[in-house]
Amino acid sequence: MEKILSVKNLDITFRTNAGNIHAIRGVDFELPTGKTVALVGESGSGKSVTMKAVVGLLDSNAIINSGEIFYNDVDLLTLTKKDLRRTINGQEIAMVFQDPMTSLDPTMTIGEQIMEGMFLHKKISKSEARQKAIELLKLVGIMEAEKRMKNYPHQLSGGMRQRVVIAIALSCEPKILICDEPTTALDVTIQARILDLINEIQRQMGLSVIYITHDLGVVAKVADFVNVMYAGKVIERGTVEEIFYDPRHPYTWGLLSAMPDLETDDERLYSIPGSPPNLLHEPKGDAFAARNKFAMKIDEKAEPPMFKISETHYAATWLLHPDAPKIELPAELKSRLERARKAAHYDGTTA
Amino acid sequence: MTEPLLKVENLRQHFKISRNFTVKAVNGVSFEIYPGETYGLVGESGSGKTTIGRSIIRLYDPTDGEIIFNRDKISGELSDKIRRRLRKNMQMIFQDPMSSLNPRKKIGDIIGEGLDIHKLYSSQKERGEIIGEILKKVGLSPAHAERYPQQFSGGQRQRVGIARALVMNPKLIIADECISALDVSIQAQVVNLMKDIQSETKCAYLFIAHDLSMVKYISDRIGVLHKGYLVETGTTQEIFTNPAHPYTQSLLSAVPQPNPAVEKKRQLISYDASKIDYEKCTMRQISDSHFVLESGEN
Ligand SMILES: Nc1ncnc2c1ncn2[C@@H]1O[C@H](COP(=O)(O)OP(=O)(O)OP(=O)(O)O)[C@@H](O)[C@H]1O
Ligand SMILES: Nc1ncnc2c1ncn2[C@@H]1O[C@H](COP(=O)(O)OP(=O)(O)OP(=O)(O)O)[C@@H](O)[C@H]1O
Ligand SMILES: [Mg+2]
Ligand SMILES: [Mg+2]
Repeated sequence: MEKILSVKNLDITFRTNAGNIHAIRGVDFELPTGKTVALVGESGSGKSVTMKAVVGLLDSNAIINSGEIFYNDVDLLTLTKKDLRRTINGQEIAMVFQDPMTSLDPTMTIGEQIMEGMFLHKKISKSEARQKAIELLKLVGIMEAEKRMKNYPHQLSGGMRQRVVIAIALSCEPKILICDEPTTALDVTIQARILDLINEIQRQMGLSVIYITHDLGVVAKVADFVNVMYAGKVIERGTVEEIFYDPRHPYTWGLLSAMPDLETDDERLYSIPGSPPNLLHEPKGDAFAARNKFAMKIDEKAEPPMFKISETHYAATWLLHPDAPKIELPAELKSRLERARKAAHYDGTTA
Repeated sequence: MTEPLLKVENLRQHFKISRNFTVKAVNGVSFEIYPGETYGLVGESGSGKTTIGRSIIRLYDPTDGEIIFNRDKISGELSDKIRRRLRKNMQMIFQDPMSSLNPRKKIGDIIGEGLDIHKLYSSQKERGEIIGEILKKVGLSPAHAERYPQQFSGGQRQRVGIARALVMNPKLIIADECISALDVSIQAQVVNLMKDIQSETKCAYLFIAHDLSMVKYISDRIGVLHKGYLVETGTTQEIFTNPAHPYTQSLLSAVPQPNPAVEKKRQLISYDASKIDYEKCTMRQISDSHFVLESGEN
């Protein structure tokens, strides 16, 4: 499969008053052309930082210790900021940021902001741009689009702002669209509409998409491949089916269990115990060990490598070592997975 | 029956954008919240959820309607005394975690602001302890008090917003999409945390969200908003097992499930309200607690 983007061994530290935070600890990541890859993982696991590195928008206290980021055949990390901005950003790789308010200019109307990018990258007349901006607003489901063009960001609801940011990203017809939590502020019906819209554009224009999200329902809907991040590393990757029907990393098990299920009626939701490690201090052994009830002696000493499960499925847990004891999945998760597989007629390898 | 903690009656909130364009964000919404209960408010983007929250806490001046909170009338002109009581007893957790935290202030001072205004400690040491304690409660560490908002991830910032509200020990917390920006595991932690705090302090929540599966978990009763109108309200059980309004039904049909094969084939129940004039509809009672907005004909 052809890859439009591949990140290799990315390693990033932030300098802070309190010391150095080793936020990204060797991330490998691939985006096959025309496909959708989801990046999931707990808050602080490094999803946004990884993608900011791709678009060259890391905060100024970041140090890239090592790594390569290939867009087609170009290593983006070797480009100057200016070259990156001119050729890639916005035009070929567009990013929708997590917090819509921070990427909108409060002093400009949303119409001006959508048209701005078009003027920057294309020869286009004012009235053409206006027409296109209105179309884009309609496309992302904003009603009375013509009137809304004159609104300032604070006059819009949270979800409307988010859709405006998506319209801006699409305005330059990018090759790669990176969406950081694009639909968290949207209700389910509009979320579904936006996801379908991106999917439609993807089919028409061969767009490749990266989704950062914690919403596993969204992942299930849009992703072809899933990367699960924990403490600055990708700890499990696979096709969407492999991750949802046959997850192998205990952290992935925790994520799947924490998702509220309309069918169960428990008083309390499952949540992964403890909190992620403070990356001011380099974790010793497996960074997830302290929160993993299946942890073994070796987890305290050595970081597990990626074990291969299939051509597409890998996970970094010592449980996959040939000498590891066989373990029984938690009952609640086991029945969940069984239900999911059955509903999907999934007959891949089972855990 | 106990007296409601909050009573919203016929609330209208309109915004004039220009001479010939007024956004009618909230149109005659009425509901009550009882002490210690959680009322979930759901509805599509732009339906007026945040506006209702902001009108209640008086960041806006309501265009029309009456709001009674803790026996005080808090719509219309506010006396200093009532404004002070309102500031102490009602807190809001905002939707947008970045723009609601002052980037030049340390986390400890952001959380401590309310404590400072209402002088809720006797020494700096006690102030530090209260802040450290609340940070631990929301899953951060006391050492984080010295950091600035930019140094946190999106999810961590949201927990700061929650800590800032909780520290005041309010009677009502308006939580506007307070978990949407969090990852699933922390969502679960925060929802469990909010439930724990509620059983400890008996505070009530107005829980604004679009994630119905979470709303189901936390709410006792739910109100469904559409285009600024409350189209249905009932107990969580009633809304989920017996949704009466077609908009509620379409919302329920769109709740995503963590199953790729199911998700990729899913059909939504669509709902078109363009021919319905909600202004001409009335609330029909289905049970003691269950009401639905309907046009007169059916
Ligand atoms: N400018 C910065 N200075 C110091 N630390 C930073 C900076 N930016 C990010 N970090 C740290 O890097 C880590 C990864 O942050 P990142 O924003 O990538 O998390 P995330 O996975 O996107 O989380 P979320 O789901 O909450 O958005 C976190 O521990 C965060 O505190
Ligand atoms: N300060 C304001 N000035 C003008 N219009 C406003 C203002 N605040 C909100 N509105 C408008 O009121 C309507 C309702 O917005 P509100 O923020 O309450 O929606 P919401 O239900 O919270 O949506 P979301 O789920 O997207 O956050 C929208 O049409 C919005 O544009
Ligand atoms: Mg992020
Ligand atoms: Mg809102």
